[in-house]
Amino acid sequence: MEADRVERGTRASRAFAVIAAPVLVALVTLPWWWGDPGWMRLIAEMAYYLALAQLWNLLAGYAGLVSVGQQAYVGLGGYALFYLTGPANVNLYLALLLAGPFAGLIAIPVSFAVFRLRGAYFAIGTWVVSEVFALLASLILVLGAGSGLSLTVPILRQISSDRDVRDAVLYLMSLAVAALVFAIVYLLLRSRHGLALTAIRDSEPASASLGVNTFRTKFIVYLVTAACTGLIGALIFLQKLRISPEAGFSINDWTVVVIFMVVIGGIGTLEGPFVGMLIYIMLRELLADYGTIYLILMGAIAIAVMLKAPFGIWGWVVQRYNVQLFPVGRRLVLTASKASER
Amino acid sequence: MNWLNILVQGGLLGGFYALFAIGLSMSFGIMRLVNIAHGDLIVLSAYVALIVTESTGLDPFLSTIVVVPVMFALGYALQRGLLNQTLSGGLLPPLLVTFGISIIIQNGLLQIFGAYDHRLKEGAIETASLQLPGGLAIGAYPILVFAVAVFAIASMQLLFYRTRLGRAFRAVSDDADTAELMGIDNRKLFAMALGIAMVFTALAGILFGIRTIFAPSAGPIRLILAFEAVIIGGLGSLWGTLIGGVVLGIAQTIGAALDPNWQILAGHLAFLAILVARPSGLFPRTRD
Amino acid sequence: MSLLETRSLSAFYGDFQALFGINVSIEQGETVAIIGANGAGKTTFLRSVAGMLPTKPEMVIFDGKPIGQLTPHDIVRLGIAMVPEGRRLFPSLTVEENLLLGGHSERPGPWSLKRVYELFPRLRDLRHLPAPALSGGQQQMAAVGRALMANPRLLLCDELSLGLAPVVIRDIYQCLDAIIAEGTTVVLVEQDINRALDASTRFYCFQEGHLALTAPTKDFNRAAITAAYFGL
Ligand SMILES: Nc1ncnc2c1ncn2[C@@H]1O[C@H](COP(=O)(O)OP(=O)(O)O)[C@@H](O)[C@H]1O
Ligand SMILES: [Mg+2]
Repeated sequence: MEADRVERGTRASRAFAVIAAPVLVALVTLPWWWGDPGWMRLIAEMAYYLALAQLWNLLAGYAGLVSVGQQAYVGLGGYALFYLTGPANVNLYLALLLAGPFAGLIAIPVSFAVFRLRGAYFAIGTWVVSEVFALLASLILVLGAGSGLSLTVPILRQISSDRDVRDAVLYLMSLAVAALVFAIVYLLLRSRHGLALTAIRDSEPASASLGVNTFRTKFIVYLVTAACTGLIGALIFLQKLRISPEAGFSINDWTVVVIFMVVIGGIGTLEGPFVGMLIYIMLRELLADYGTIYLILMGAIAIAVMLKAPFGIWGWVVQRYNVQLFPVGRRLVLTASKASER
Repeated sequence: MNWLNILVQGGLLGGFYALFAIGLSMSFGIMRLVNIAHGDLIVLSAYVALIVTESTGLDPFLSTIVVVPVMFALGYALQRGLLNQTLSGGLLPPLLVTFGISIIIQNGLLQIFGAYDHRLKEGAIETASLQLPGGLAIGAYPILVFAVAVFAIASMQLLFYRTRLGRAFRAVSDDADTAELMGIDNRKLFAMALGIAMVFTALAGILFGIRTIFAPSAGPIRLILAFEAVIIGGLGSLWGTLIGGVVLGIAQTIGAALDPNWQILAGHLAFLAILVARPSGLFPRTRD
Repeated sequence: MSLLETRSLSAFYGDFQALFGINVSIEQGETVAIIGANGAGKTTFLRSVAGMLPTKPEMVIFDGKPIGQLTPHDIVRLGIAMVPEGRRLFPSLTVEENLLLGGHSERPGPWSLKRVYELFPRLRDLRHLPAPALSGGQQQMAAVGRALMANPRLLLCDELSLGLAPVVIRDIYQCLDAIIAEGTTVVLVEQDINRALDASTRFYCFQEGHLALTAPTKDFNRAAITAAYFGL
């Protein structure tokens, strides 16, 4: 039974790899053979959302930390980049490298407060923390207070003085960060902590009584997630060129839609976030002319999925067809390739 | 800084927050439900009142006679139709379903009413104030709101400790399985509980809409304020919720006295400080 | 016609099967004991009858009607009340509120607050105390009183003697006579074999989810019971 599933899973994932590999190559080389800035921006956005969804899935789906305050780290990463490259006059690439660790560092004191809350109260607690950062950003003059900061042209020239090259670099960085995040999540789940995480997901009291250090595992997951989210935030706003407290710490943009993606795609699986991200982008692009209808639709689908198929669309597929695209040993490069399917 | 003034104004502001919090506190107390859509339901109540006042010319206070039953019915239906299905599945289902409801309400309002600010106009009472000796001026409206909050909590107290329904609420909150064995239909009772919670939510929404301009996006911050009042006061404690609101109001007023931009921030920081120092709130219920 | 009948009653906790095709038949006015070792499925049996575990309609027949599909709150209204294992009083309610809650279904019948206080006079003095303030024996009385407030035709008692001193157990079992005198059919679940057999007219012995033995109490054979009890 078990062997059969692994066998089939491997066949499915091999077939998937056969399709995915050329798509991946096409994606990575896209700037050289097509280079349409609009498409590159959309694909980059998909890569960022995919990465955010993977991270939230790790946090909530595996570690049981249902945070609705991840926008805090998107904003912190973005602000770190803008402050460092602007007022502090640091090199752009160095600033990008620092943004993630900075967010991770801030997550340490934050975790002391929010880890005192359980379940849904943890969720709202993380949200309050994010509001605190948003309010602070709107008060600090050197961060542009309520109106925020912009990236100036000289800073962008550090990438390249050629606009097309710049677009291509930003695009490739988005693919790279999605791949990196996928690799981190994947390796974390395969590590000793991964076993602990699965145990926690299945029953926290039981795993605690069996000697799993649930606190330390959760703490590590929280910090790693915060740092990765910070890096993604820096890249997102590098592409947007402007950051404000409202945009940087937006719960709707950086957490709510991400949660919907994970839930709809399938929480607690590595494939779910792909599926959910694709559905979100598709709905949004198709219904772009009808205001926020796509958000209402996402909300309704998320409710329906939660009630009727709690393991999401991917969970349903697994149950029905018994496939797994990322069995043990699967490589991280698939991240960007799946994102390309649209 | 005039400390007496800050205490009085902040305390009265706390009445508002307590009123925001009652519905949240009740649905947590009885169903262990943390309703993420709570703030949006407050704002939705204000919009319902807006429709009523604009279509009938009723004054906002009187619109209560329509808004309260409407919101009661909505709460009852939400619990029966959706939320009861989330009760047995752990933490995520109720959280995400109410999250979905929150987004649907916010964006539904946005589609219908646009992103504009609205307001309910009540007239003279909005600006009337009482002059007290010592140069203290207290707004009549905050006093009214505070009185409503006290009245609301007192009536909850009566409901919980003096009626058959309240007894059933407490029993279900203690032990839902055994309550079923006593002949209580938990699903109906939960629907009733969210209905009643929405009565207070409706009152909060109307009073809020008179005092402040509101837009479809106004819900989440109301949820956070309500949540802070509940946690500061101690989960499941009715009068604790009022005190939590007052503490939050005073913290905000102190912040605002230092710099008007610091009002909300000061409240959040006070909340986090209390959380770190006393995770179970100032007045925790001894049990649970 | 039997008051309660189970037909091939099976019960599951997830994938784990706790009862295997139990056939039991209890007549109106009988007092029946169910005995068995810890984990034999006695509590599961009572919970299935009371509607707390999912069962097929025909698996539980009460008063000639299938009730397996009904919810616990429907079943109370038909006249089945339970004194749950471990008493399970509502801790934030007073003793009297606990009793009143037992009468939530408002079934008519001989039992009222007044009658319950006559049966357990101590409870009247303690009625305004929160339930957890009572001693174990007093709590058990309150739990029995609470079940009686539903005016049941069938009273299910799960381990009345659990954790109580022998004197207290004797008191409680004495009160049972008054309950039986009202014509109430009683099912007693006990691990204490002698206690249960003394109070009953017939017994069933469960073993690992199966029915191992049934006989009238008067012609019971200790060796047979021991064999059934321990599965020898
Ligand atoms: N909630 C539960 N979940 C899973 N298994 C249970 C549960 N309750 C009881 N069981 C199992 O069902 C079997 C019967 O238990 P129970 O009916 O409580 O036995 P008894 O009351 O005779 O001691 C035991 O093996 C027990 O471990
Ligand atoms: Mg038992």
